[in-house]
Parts: sequence; structure tokens; C-alpha cells
Amino acid sequence: MPGNKTVSDSHIFQFKNCRILRNHSIFVEDLWVRDGKIIDPEKLFYVEKGYADFQIDCKNAIIAPGFIDVQINGGFGIDFSSNFDDIEGGVQKVAKGILQHGCTSFCPTIISSSKEVYKKVLPKIKIKAGGRDGAEILGVHVEGPFISKEKRGAHLLENMATYDNGFSDVLDMYHDISSVRIVTLAPELPRSLDVIREFVDRGVVVSLGHSMASLSQGEEAVKHGASFITHLFNAMLPFHHRDPHLVGLLASYKHPPDLRIIYYGIISDGIHTNPCAERIAHRTHAKGSVLVTDAVAAMGLPSGTHRTGTQMIEIQDKRALIAGTDTLCGR
Amino acid sequence: MRLVILDNYDKVSEWAARYIKRRILDFEPGPDNYFTLGLPTALPRNHPESYHSFMWHNFFKHIDILPENAHLLDGNAEDKVAECEHFEEEIKKAGGIELFMGGIGPDGHIAFNEPGSSLVSRTRVKTLNQDTVEANARFFGGDISQVPTEALTVGVGTVMDAREVMILITGAHKSYALYKAIEEGVSHMWTVSAFQMHPKTIFVCDEDATLELKVKTVKYFKGLMTLHNKLLEEKSVEPSSKKQRSN
Repeated sequence: MPGNKTVSDSHIFQFKNCRILRNHSIFVEDLWVRDGKIIDPEKLFYVEKGYADFQIDCKNAIIAPGFIDVQINGGFGIDFSSNFDDIEGGVQKVAKGILQHGCTSFCPTIISSSKEVYKKVLPKIKIKAGGRDGAEILGVHVEGPFISKEKRGAHLLENMATYDNGFSDVLDMYHDISSVRIVTLAPELPRSLDVIREFVDRGVVVSLGHSMASLSQGEEAVKHGASFITHLFNAMLPFHHRDPHLVGLLASYKHPPDLRIIYYGIISDGIHTNPCAERIAHRTHAKGSVLVTDAVAAMGLPSGTHRTGTQMIEIQDKRALIAGTDTLCGR
Repeated sequence: MRLVILDNYDKVSEWAARYIKRRILDFEPGPDNYFTLGLPTALPRNHPESYHSFMWHNFFKHIDILPENAHLLDGNAEDKVAECEHFEEEIKKAGGIELFMGGIGPDGHIAFNEPGSSLVSRTRVKTLNQDTVEANARFFGGDISQVPTEALTVGVGTVMDAREVMILITGAHKSYALYKAIEEGVSHMWTVSAFQMHPKTIFVCDEDATLELKVKTVKYFKGLMTLHNKLLEEKSVEPSSKKQRSN
């Protein structure tokens, strides 16, 4: 059934037997597309008197916008922080691999590393549009090294760093921050407020995490421009009713009025956070919830032990642990 | 007249749908043999509550009808009179309406043919009366000032020309209108009563709509339910109508 060609010669696709996500609910409705844009079928019917050239039976699948992953350390055997042989190729492999999981944009994440590693890796990861060959690369998320050594999680002690001299230490460490879009830091470190300001002025999102910060330290950081929390609940002090620490930022009234909302990453695998804790966070501040994978190189690989650059990771059931310990290392 | 009485709104809807489906299938429509289904019309397109939206979401998007075969009165037309005349032309061109389906208002109107409408009227612009405007307010968030006061509508005469007319009536608030339509005389104050003069009319209603009818009437027609249900299964007994159509 060819469309009437008054408006355009392009083919019209009708996705039938599917469910779509719209206005925060999922319901049964066909989706019509022409020229890569979603069109209004009612207008097509009455005004253009057109109809579908191709009908696709989606067999009750859900059609949703592509996912955005702002914290992913690698996958399919590639570890962004330690794959030096073919950095572009490694990033591309992950970009392609995550497409089939519905992820269409991501931030390759580099964990706390040495100066030398940043010098080698950061310039090679470029911001790139997505397409058939891989998800969009939004920019790099540098998770560390300016974090709390007590809350380093799976990061190595020798890579911990501070910026006592302010932003010049930051530039000295990372060397080239042109493709950095998110930085995770611990706001209790001295000079944090200056550093946060500098990052924000350069358009980099500052995320608080791997930190021992109290609620008021977190609030100060937010006042100076921090707008994200790295994997809420993990690698930070727990919610305590007299000092909720960083978790309290979800309900703080001290945020600056022009801050749109404070976002927080959540690793929703049922292992990093108890579903009830997740629900409490969601009920407190649903709008800020951002699901992240924090996936490691082993993602997409079968059970067993794998070497991922600097560490051995063991995959047991659904958990990825640092081999020989009980410490989770992302997912 | 046939009067089919069913338990409730859902049963009425289902029975009517089955009947229309049976009629279309028996007719064996094709590119040279249109089954013209008439439905009531009116509010401007683009409004979420317009009939265009309603028809799209509840009917057209679920079937494979070609857009050029769907004719709706355009309430936004610049020359409304010409639009109405054009509509009448389209009906003639398609060979006349095979089956018209509509409901009635609490004031007994068919389409927007308000009390006082000529029983031989054609498609035209009508000013809506207060009752209808109030009834439509529910589509505009209860805000009466938003409700259109004019509508384009098929005329009583236009519907009388259809080869078959099916009227759906549900709810106690329509019961008085149903009584006036079928147990009293033909009157332009209850325009649906015009169909007493039509050779093939079928009313489908629920129990509540019969509340003002005589018990005798209701018993009589309920007794015919077996016959009525047969209509859903057998071929229509008018093969000659097909031959009349193909000129």
C-alpha cells in the first residue's frame, strides 16, 4: 500500500503489534516512521491520504529510546583502563557490542590510573556519533584518581591522588581532558571546591563518589557545581539518620535554586544495591535516577576467571569479584 | 423495525459490531463494489476530541481501509455549505449508503439533527441546542465555553436514503427518547422517529434504555431474540441489492 506522494517520496514504515513507551507508560500502539522520523499516522491518513509501504510485525516487543550508559569500564574482554594495544579498536568493539543490549550512547569509563596511562589512553578516545557500527561515544568518564583511598573499591591504592595545588594538579594527571565529559571525585579532598568550579566551567559534569564525605561536604560541592552522584550507596558512607552523607543529597533543601536536579547513578543488578534501597532512593527522588551498568571487561564473557588488564576477575553466577576476595567490581 | 434488547452496553457494542461485520462480509465488497458505511460526524479536526481523532483511534487505525475511502465532514472547511454539498455528492458517487450506524441524543436527535429539524433535511450546518452543548461539555473538561456551538451534520433525509439504518441506544437517560422514537408518532421533535418510515431499521439497546417502553413491546421483541441472533450467522436475504449497486 504505497503512501500518497504529496509530501514525500520516502517509504513509510508501520511497526505493528508492538508496545511503545510514551509519557511514562508503556501501551499498545503502532509506531509510524518516515525518513528516520516518527510521524503522526492520523495526519498521514486524513491530510496526506497516505499509508504504510512496509508493515513490520514486532511480535509484542517494546519499542523504546536507546539507553545511555554513563558508567561502563569495558566489556567483551576489553578494559578501557588497561587495553593499550588498540585503544580505538577496543572502544569500537564495546560500542558495537552494547548495541544489541539496547544501549545507543555511552561514556567509556577509566578507573583510577597512573599519569602514564591517562597520557596514553585519553587522547585516543574520541567523541563520536553513533550508528550501525556502534553506539555513540559521548565522552570519557574519568572515575578517579582523586578519590578517597578508604572508599576506593576495586581501584588500586597506588593510583590514588590528590590535587593540593588545585586544577594544575588535575591537568598534570590527566594531561588531555578534551574528551572528558564526566569526572568522579571525592569532595572532602582539599581544594575540591576550586577543582569542581574549574571542571564545571569547562562543561564537564562533576560526580561525587568513592568518598567519605558528610552531607554538608556534599552540599558544598553541589553549591559549587557538582550535579551527579556516582553509583549511589556504593563506595560512600551509608545513610545514617544523623548524617545521611552523600545519600542525603537526594532530599537536601540546600541545593542552589538554578540547579535543575541532582542526578544519581544506580547499579540496579540486585547485587550492588538491595532493591528496597533502590526503591527508597527512587521514591525520594525519582527524577534523578540514572541507571548505570558499571560494566567491566568481563561483561559479555562466560563464567570463570578472566584477566582484565591489571586485575584478575572471577565471574561466579551473576557476580564479578576481584579474584580471591569478596569485593564486587562493578558489573 | 427490529428491536434487539441486550443486557448492557458491552453486549450492545459487541452485537452491533458482529452485525456490521456480517453485513460487510455478506456483501462481498471490492474495488468496484463499495460497502458504504455511514457514521455520524462533526467537531473540527485536530481537536483531540474531534470525530477525526475518535474515528482514527477507535476504527481506522485498526483496519486496512484506504485513506481515500474514508470521507469525513470537515468542520474546518472554509465554505461549510460547499463542504456539505460535496459530502452529499460523495455519497451518491459511492452508490449510496449501504448501512448507516448512529446513536440518539436524550432529545431523540439522530446525528446533530436537533428537535425541529426537517425530516427530509440533507447534510448541512446546524446550530447545536443547549442540551447537546451540555452533553458535549464532558469532552472539553466540563468547560461549556469551549464546546463548539455549530456542527456539520448529515440530514435526516440523508440517513433515510441509506438502505439500512442501525441505531444504538444505551442507558436510562436515553429511555424516554427511545419511547418517543418507537412508541409514539413520527415527529420532527424526536427526529429518530423518522425511521418508522424506513423499510429496514434496526435498534439495538440495553435493558436500561427500555425503561420507558411498554412491557408488551419489550416482551415481544425479546421473544424475537433467537431470530435476531440468526442475523449474525446467515447470509443476508437480499441478493438483488448487490446487482442494483454495480452501475
